[in-house]
Amino acid sequence: MKISTNFFSTATGITTVGLILGALAILLQHSGNPGNMGICVVCFNRDIAGAVGLHRAAVVQYLRPEILGMVLGAFLASLAFGEYRPRGGSSPVIRFLLGAIAAIGALVFLGCPWRAILRLAGGDAYAVFGMAGLICGVGIGTLFFRKGFSLGRSQTQSKVSGLVLPGIMLGLLLLYLMNPQIPGQDKSGVLFYSIKGPGSQHAPLLISLGVGLLVGALAQRSRFCTMGAMRDVILFNHWHLAKGFLAMLGMALLLNLWLGSFHWGFANQPIAQPDNLWNFLGMLTAGLAFALAGGCPGRQLFMAGEGDNDAAVFTMGLITGTAMAHNFGLASSGAGIGPHGAIATLMGLTICLLIGFFNCKRGA
Amino acid sequence: MSQTIDTCGLSCPQPVLLFLTAVKENPDDSYTVLVDNDASRENVSRAARNRGFSVEAIDQDQGVTRLEISKA
Repeated sequence: MKISTNFFSTATGITTVGLILGALAILLQHSGNPGNMGICVVCFNRDIAGAVGLHRAAVVQYLRPEILGMVLGAFLASLAFGEYRPRGGSSPVIRFLLGAIAAIGALVFLGCPWRAILRLAGGDAYAVFGMAGLICGVGIGTLFFRKGFSLGRSQTQSKVSGLVLPGIMLGLLLLYLMNPQIPGQDKSGVLFYSIKGPGSQHAPLLISLGVGLLVGALAQRSRFCTMGAMRDVILFNHWHLAKGFLAMLGMALLLNLWLGSFHWGFANQPIAQPDNLWNFLGMLTAGLAFALAGGCPGRQLFMAGEGDNDAAVFTMGLITGTAMAHNFGLASSGAGIGPHGAIATLMGLTICLLIGFFNCKRGA
Repeated sequence: MSQTIDTCGLSCPQPVLLFLTAVKENPDDSYTVLVDNDASRENVSRAARNRGFSVEAIDQDQGVTRLEISKA
């Protein structure tokens, strides 16, 4: 039976993947990525949005090769193992909206669930509030699922449709190679670069891209999902995905302790904002959006790599949301939440609740 | 009794949720669950085995797998 041939779908497999992801994230941090940001799917998509000029926040512009690698790695793994299967048509515009809302909520906290793990592993006490919000948001999502929530069934789509997001990522990689960073300059050809701030902190291209490809392949094989880890425990008391989540957290924590990069508390945390109410509510909103969309932002990248059009639409919504967050003053900074971050979070939460209410008992 | 549950086109966590909801109502029934992706196939199989069912997977056309699930 095919199922028994996939080592990565076993308990040992998902735990191994979690350990490797934790180690790779710390490798990226020690190779130049920002503090507690070895991998952050939302932050890195935000940096990509900045690199191509969708927003012009000068400190967060860099075409992060990790994201390109994560999609392309999942795409190649799915091709290699016969799992590339273009599908889509399950409420795509709602998924676009969920992606945008998830990005806005996550940028109020300043991190996706992957970065929440890495912030906790680095001793950032603000992340406790973000993680609590995430668990609550996912928990609210499970209430909708218990009431029959569904965005409807997807359908098989043309082979070409599944190539769109991997193709965009390949195109972005070519853009990066044709417009490499010029030291001290904020623009190279058509791409924008940060010369200070988080966008200026990055590992060398080959390390970022190589890690991204490996993460994409491993996560595609293992179905690693940070939101699913919480959802399955709350909904079914299933701890399979949670083993991967906890292994990633444990490995990152151990390596930080070993390398002296663990600093517990609120003081001097890298790229963190101090308002814990909004750390909680930002991630609650993002967690609910991820739950309704059926995957954390990383899992959406991996599913898009497998040919899932709906996950690709979610990702495009997420990139759009990151740009809105910086264009409209919704994203937080080290000083606190953005001028419109609170109202945007509450509006996003309200929209998610409405999406939940109006899609119960349908499609299933 | 045997029930058929078609989860094709549904995303996580709905395939497992539909199966477990049916099991909760009729714990001793046999089930045929149709899945159309490997993640759902693994998830439903794992959930069934955790509850003492045996699972046989039979490949169908167009990427669909039929999971025959019965009490071991």
